[in-house]
Amino acid sequence: MKQEALTAAPAPDRQWKIGFDIRSFAMIAGLILIWIIFTVMTDGTFLSARNFSNLTIQMAVVSILGTGMVLVIVTGNIDLSVGSLVGLAGGVAAALMVWQDWGTLPTILVVLALGLFLGLVQGFATVYLNIPAFIVTLGGMMAFRGILLGITKGVSIAPMNNSYKMLGSQYLNETAGLVLAALAVLAVVFSAIRRRLSRKKNGLPLEPIGITAGRPAVIVGLIVAFVLVMYSYKGFPVPVVIMLGLMVIFSFIAAKTKFGRYVYAVGGNVQAAHYSGVNVKKVVLLVFMLNGLIAAIAGIVLSARLNAGAPSSGNMMELDAIAAAVIGGTSLSGGKGKVYGAILGALIMASLDNGMSMLNMEAFWQYIVKGAILVLAVWFDVGMKNKRGA
Amino acid sequence: MSEMILELNHISKEFPGVKALNDVRIRIRRGEVHGLCGENGAGKSTFIKILSGVYPYGSYEGDIVFNGEVQKFRNTVDAERAGIVCIHQELALVNELSVLENIFLGNETTRLGVIQWDELYGKAKQLLDQLDLKIDPNEKVKNLGVGQQQLVEIAKALSKNAKVLILDEPTSALTEHEVGILLGRIRMLQKNGVTCIYISHKLNEIYEICDSVSVLRDGTYIGTKPIGELDRESLIYMMVGRKLETLFPREPHSRKQLALEVRNMTVYDATNPRRKRVDAVSFQAYQGEILGISGLMGSGRTELVSAIFGAYPGRKEGEIRIDGKAVKIKSPVDAVRKRLALVSEDRKIFGLVLDMSIADNITLSSLNKVSRLTLQQDKEMVYAQKYVAELKVKTSGIETPVKNLSGGNQQKVVIGKWLMTEPKILILDEPTRGIDVGAKFEIYNIMNELVAKGVTVIMISSDLEEILGVSDRILIMSEGRIAAELDYRDATQEKIMHYATGGH
Repeated sequence: MKQEALTAAPAPDRQWKIGFDIRSFAMIAGLILIWIIFTVMTDGTFLSARNFSNLTIQMAVVSILGTGMVLVIVTGNIDLSVGSLVGLAGGVAAALMVWQDWGTLPTILVVLALGLFLGLVQGFATVYLNIPAFIVTLGGMMAFRGILLGITKGVSIAPMNNSYKMLGSQYLNETAGLVLAALAVLAVVFSAIRRRLSRKKNGLPLEPIGITAGRPAVIVGLIVAFVLVMYSYKGFPVPVVIMLGLMVIFSFIAAKTKFGRYVYAVGGNVQAAHYSGVNVKKVVLLVFMLNGLIAAIAGIVLSARLNAGAPSSGNMMELDAIAAAVIGGTSLSGGKGKVYGAILGALIMASLDNGMSMLNMEAFWQYIVKGAILVLAVWFDVGMKNKRGA
Repeated sequence: MSEMILELNHISKEFPGVKALNDVRIRIRRGEVHGLCGENGAGKSTFIKILSGVYPYGSYEGDIVFNGEVQKFRNTVDAERAGIVCIHQELALVNELSVLENIFLGNETTRLGVIQWDELYGKAKQLLDQLDLKIDPNEKVKNLGVGQQQLVEIAKALSKNAKVLILDEPTSALTEHEVGILLGRIRMLQKNGVTCIYISHKLNEIYEICDSVSVLRDGTYIGTKPIGELDRESLIYMMVGRKLETLFPREPHSRKQLALEVRNMTVYDATNPRRKRVDAVSFQAYQGEILGISGLMGSGRTELVSAIFGAYPGRKEGEIRIDGKAVKIKSPVDAVRKRLALVSEDRKIFGLVLDMSIADNITLSSLNKVSRLTLQQDKEMVYAQKYVAELKVKTSGIETPVKNLSGGNQQKVVIGKWLMTEPKILILDEPTRGIDVGAKFEIYNIMNELVAKGVTVIMISSDLEEILGVSDRILIMSEGRIAAELDYRDATQEKIMHYATGGH
């Protein structure tokens, strides 16, 4: 498979890409392959609307973490604390609501602020105290878990407020869901047209009209298919909406803002960014803060779904998030990675988990297979890089 | 044994888009010191890399005939086994290991997998004696001076039984005194039957040590002459292919008002805070002139300008005044705001994000101009195209990653990045290192145009001809201080070298 993909790689001077590079293409091909295998082995149950809906809920928390993790890794850092932070966010939310009778909104605001603050602390230690992020966040991973155990006294705190619970288990009502989907379609079409007009206005070379039209057509097709599948079950689960919303927001930040450009510049060559007048420290600090915020959001979604703040929740999730980002093409050496890649990575892992569970395979197989996929994905990257470099 | 130890026949090497070497034919006499001259980009490094096995057999055309046999090196180990060892410009020693460990690194004598340190110690002692180097083999390399480190590299080469030793710019970081010692040792080696290929920009050294000299220009072989039959002017003519005057486009400049004034700038080393890299330096730069800063590597030039720019990690003291006003520049962010620009010494490390496109690199320092809430990518493209056209960057498009460009074009992208910030003061640190003659000429023209537009230009260069050909006024740094200031009309290479090497 590797060989085929390589020969299919576009020549370096070929001007127009379909929008997905060979890496994304291989990833999607892999995903489809996995789906086909499980669909065949489960006599079609795997691809049923009900299972697909469950699958998206299962992947939501890790995907949310992945969106933030991509930015952290792109700057050349790592954040090992997010799993514990997910647990801590849920635990604090539960303690506030169950023991202190707080309302849902103030609880959420406090938990988000907590995530932001802990991200700030870790970012500060990394950036201004020059402690490697690996160590700082390893410390955070242990300490946050400890705080969580202290707060919960080792037991699950339940039940959550009803309005809070919705964030994890509710489905969006039909009108709202369809409006969102329609907005997404409009945005895709609008941005494609705008991009072409703007290139034309500024005298930049235009790609063939087929590609300009085809790319959004494919994306719109995917959106429509997604809507149809979701609505043939119960509609859009709220966690999935949050996940997709964050994906859009963070993709936008990464591609269309000054801050996003700086993130890639810092990760690509920190010295050059520094010498170019980029405030490297501020950029990295902000990335850690955002990642703390993301972890808090993931913690809220998870605890809402579980309807409890549990002392072990979020355990090892940082590694799932990193794996999702890496399978999605983010390079640990920094400078490279896409937010949607992490979502695809999380989808691949969730598909494996889900499919193997349906086949009643024992849990240990899931770990082995996911581990192998992770290493394979990076091997693929390395192989492609060497081929290109030669 | 034939008279020629090494014959290189019809060597050609192509890189995508560039013919680095074209039918080069060089013959090296047994036991001589053979000089190899040529400008940056003439193909010397490529040539050495082929000879020493970095580029394996098959990746180039032509034959390497060593001691009468065609060699097919697969890697540097093959070349070293045959007896061809290269000492690169950047020393390849492990600082934290001892001299002894470095000499035999990768080449240790073992018995049952255990390194025989005592035996190696004896051998090392012998090698060091042979070079008349009186240091303890157990000393850590980081505690040695650069000159001694250079000799340790030679000892390492000798430990591999080098019959042909290639020295690539061995003196670029040495003091005059150390150069003298090194040249003496090379002569000793020659007596012991080692053949040397000596690459240097410094013609004085070539004349002092070499028996004959070969010249490359733009990848082609120009010729080989015994050193006695070649005067300096003819050698330079062979190297540059034209008379010196035409190499630098000198335009009349007229000095206007004071733009940058530095008072008592002292810069401390980043890792060793007691060591002064720059010692109480004061100077002025004026609008409408090109100020050249010369000096040997390590004389503090780069530290001085990167400290002014706020980028040097070590502590600094002193005052910077721009247009008569004292300014605080704590980081490059401040510097850019004050409309200072620094084209730094190593573009790949400090200048470019190699994976990013030309456009993204050009706009990196001026994203404020092309963003409100979000980036206006169309506007970015327009700017990028403007600078690509103005600076004549040769590329298929502004969305090409800069890593695919040649050195000269990469440098133009860095300059484009700074031009987009509309700087008042532009500092260029070794702006033409490693780029070809044509691109150099274009960069000088750009500098002249900027001066005409009222930009204050400061250029650091190790290339004496460049400093003399381009600057209006020349500061010469030596050991962290400004040793002299010369008008270009009074300056000569000899004068500059005199001050740069600590003369008064």
